[in-house]
Amino acid sequence: MRIFKNLSKDKLATISVTVIVVTIIVGLFAPFFAPHDPNQVNMSLRYASSSWEYLLGNDHLGRCILSRIIYGIRPSVLWVLVALFISVLIGAVLGFLSGYFRGKVDAFIMRVCDIMLSFPGYVMTLAIVGILGVGLGNILIAFILVKWAWFARVIRTSVMQYSELEYVKFSKASGISDLKIIYKHLVPVTFSDIAVISSSSIGSMILQISGFSFLGLGIQAPNAEWGMMLNEAREVMFTRPELMLAPGLAIVIVVSAFNFLSDALQVALDPKLLNSKKRPQQKSPTTTVKIQKKEVAH
Amino acid sequence: MGRYIINRVFISIPLLLIISLLTFVLINLSPLDPAEVVLQAQGVPKITDELIAQTKEELGMDQPFILRYFDWLVASLQLDFGDSYVTGKPVWSLIGPAFLNTFKLTFVSSVVIIVMSILLGVICALKEGKIVDKSVRGVSFFLTAMPSYWLASIMIWYVSVKFDLLPTSGMDSYKSYILPVIVITISYAGIYFRNVRTSMISNLNEDYVLYGRACGLPEKKITVHILRNSLQVAISIFGMAIPIILGSTVVIENIFAWPGLGSLSVKAILSRDFPIIQAYVLILAAVFVLFNTVSDIVNAAMNPKIRNDL
Amino acid sequence: MENILEVRNLRVWDLNSDKVLIANNSFDLRRSSCLAIVGESGSGKSITCRSIMRLNGSSLRQSGEILFKGENLTTLSEKKMRRKRGRKLCMILQNGMSAFDPSCVIGVHLKETLAEHFDCDWKKNEIEEKMKLAMESVMLKNPIEIMNKYPHQLSGGMLQRIMIALAIVLEPDIIIADEPTTALDTVSQFEVVEQFIQLRKKMGCSMIFISHDLGVVRKIADEVLVMKDGEIVERGPTEAIFLKPEHKYTKYLVSTRLALSENFKKLMRGETIVAES
Repeated sequence: MRIFKNLSKDKLATISVTVIVVTIIVGLFAPFFAPHDPNQVNMSLRYASSSWEYLLGNDHLGRCILSRIIYGIRPSVLWVLVALFISVLIGAVLGFLSGYFRGKVDAFIMRVCDIMLSFPGYVMTLAIVGILGVGLGNILIAFILVKWAWFARVIRTSVMQYSELEYVKFSKASGISDLKIIYKHLVPVTFSDIAVISSSSIGSMILQISGFSFLGLGIQAPNAEWGMMLNEAREVMFTRPELMLAPGLAIVIVVSAFNFLSDALQVALDPKLLNSKKRPQQKSPTTTVKIQKKEVAH
Repeated sequence: MGRYIINRVFISIPLLLIISLLTFVLINLSPLDPAEVVLQAQGVPKITDELIAQTKEELGMDQPFILRYFDWLVASLQLDFGDSYVTGKPVWSLIGPAFLNTFKLTFVSSVVIIVMSILLGVICALKEGKIVDKSVRGVSFFLTAMPSYWLASIMIWYVSVKFDLLPTSGMDSYKSYILPVIVITISYAGIYFRNVRTSMISNLNEDYVLYGRACGLPEKKITVHILRNSLQVAISIFGMAIPIILGSTVVIENIFAWPGLGSLSVKAILSRDFPIIQAYVLILAAVFVLFNTVSDIVNAAMNPKIRNDL
Repeated sequence: MENILEVRNLRVWDLNSDKVLIANNSFDLRRSSCLAIVGESGSGKSITCRSIMRLNGSSLRQSGEILFKGENLTTLSEKKMRRKRGRKLCMILQNGMSAFDPSCVIGVHLKETLAEHFDCDWKKNEIEEKMKLAMESVMLKNPIEIMNKYPHQLSGGMLQRIMIALAIVLEPDIIIADEPTTALDTVSQFEVVEQFIQLRKKMGCSMIFISHDLGVVRKIADEVLVMKDGEIVERGPTEAIFLKPEHKYTKYLVSTRLALSENFKKLMRGETIVAES
């Protein structure tokens, strides 16, 4: 509750949450909110500018741009969130396993992570799409395969920090089962770290996935997706540049909202940051360097 | 130091082997039969089982997996990545020049990014909380939220089409570099700039800064010490800037029709030209590992503490 | 005895939160004497010291007068103030480990500081010779070798003594030691305190010694200031404070200290009895 209290004090964060919630709801109930069928071709309305019936105008096939933007929320935002959730889940399970039990399990999982992370993320995604073929589903699969290792690593670090704490050691010593310790003591405290790292990668994921669709590697026509809409608009860019506006702004707004939210979450969960004082220092400079390096890589 | 370098290089060799194996396995996991892809790509009208078997033999697909991997690895080390399924040309003759083009673009962009982010990072850290700091961070926040291809399109529309100042695409003169470099810088400098800034600020609060001041050292000398320490974190991150950008110029290259790896690989993916995809992944992964190793070594040379960690 | 440092109405507050950290404190430091400031952490001891050096962070503001040999430090230009730091007012920090740039060998800092203050007075070799002697005098063997080591290769006690050695060479009028023994183990603590006592004997400089270790304070200080929540609650000669504390807080501090040592003595006695029987 304290988190929500802190968040609600922050005006930008409140606006961001509102934008995100509205986007998700509109996306979930797209048929209800969209004024027209997004794929309905109407050649008489080609490149029509905005009117009362078609608020944002019509595209090169006379389709309603507003409806396409609304339906585009599904692949551009909702499916990205699903992919993110799955990869965080995989990362969390493996991160907890290796951070809590250490030993051989840890060594093995971390070696696998090292290998996964030694591929540049973008190239790996391209490779997987190259093998499985183009399509939104395959890009999402590629993203899950690429991202989990990075989440596993960060969550492991966080779990390790907390399991070093006295009360966790005490619970271990007094013979409480591992599962119960993880569930009762570790999940609640590491949850905030997990929330911060996963929210901080939503923005870049939305950008990247729309980028793949823009290249024609993602969702296939005639389905609506923001990157795809920009790709279609690009072909008439020199004559009708205004078509680039709506989908582009949609992406900028949603990504900014997620980025703001992630920053605000970080501050809300760690109020020390507010005073711009030094953050608690990590033990070894090497690990900090490594983690930051990986952070940039993905 | 010498021992550190040897150790570090030895760690990266098995990593490279595993990566090459993975690349090879991944391509072979594909649901499509390569022989079929070749025949389709060559436009053979009717694909019979006989033809497939024959192509398989030509491609050496009838041999055991491990043997094929070794043949492929040995050939790859000599830059022989086979022939493209689609054009029939040797892969290296396509990917080599493309790699060079992408590398040129990446190199120029990385230099601009590094200079910009150190400059802005240092200024913002020294003016922490002041208007300069706040406005630079605000602007960078919005710029990183923009899709790079959108930004690129807008820039092409304004700069090249409306005012006809710079070429819209291609790679003809130094002018062709300007727009792609600007777009890449805008989409990547934000991360690096923020990194330099935070590490500068955390160093500003260190005791050695206080002690240096208490000893009467001039601000200039203290700033040199702060820079030395904060760039240490930044250098390892900068070290990775080149390979990361090398791997992510795909979108930019497509928009600006830059004849590089990105354009080539997307074309290959759309036409399922496996040898090119394979070579692309292998080369970039190798570059990635190489830069990682070098940046670790440079870092160890600068930070005596890390040397003992390995 | 004349006062070498007079602090008048020192007030420090935080710009961000408007919280007052030091409220109108005034105190004097006599020439060649040692003033100890005691109090729990967060009572404003360190901030007081940094205010004298004018080294508080950018979010802190200070008002009041700080007179050093009659000269008001608060109105000096930054350049003139910088020349005072190190040469006239020398500071010794709590944590030797973080007080030196971790990416340079110790010698770099020493040479930079000395070059800054003795630019034309001495020749280079003479400075180094003096530094060597000073390091030997604080029981650091092989000074040259130590100067070529990184901070993480030395112990906290050694780094603390290097700071003392630097102070010896700089010959300041006032040494400000900010909890110099807190981060050390008992043996190095003892050594470092010995060095401080020697330092005072040798150079006859004045000293402000911050600590919450009353045992050390009793050994080294002539006068004591007791601080609580940014205010000076009691002041006086060391023995008087220890024997007849007047303020409730001082009584509390002294009594806990006594209780601890009594307990310790009892335990020690108990030990010996057990050992004898």
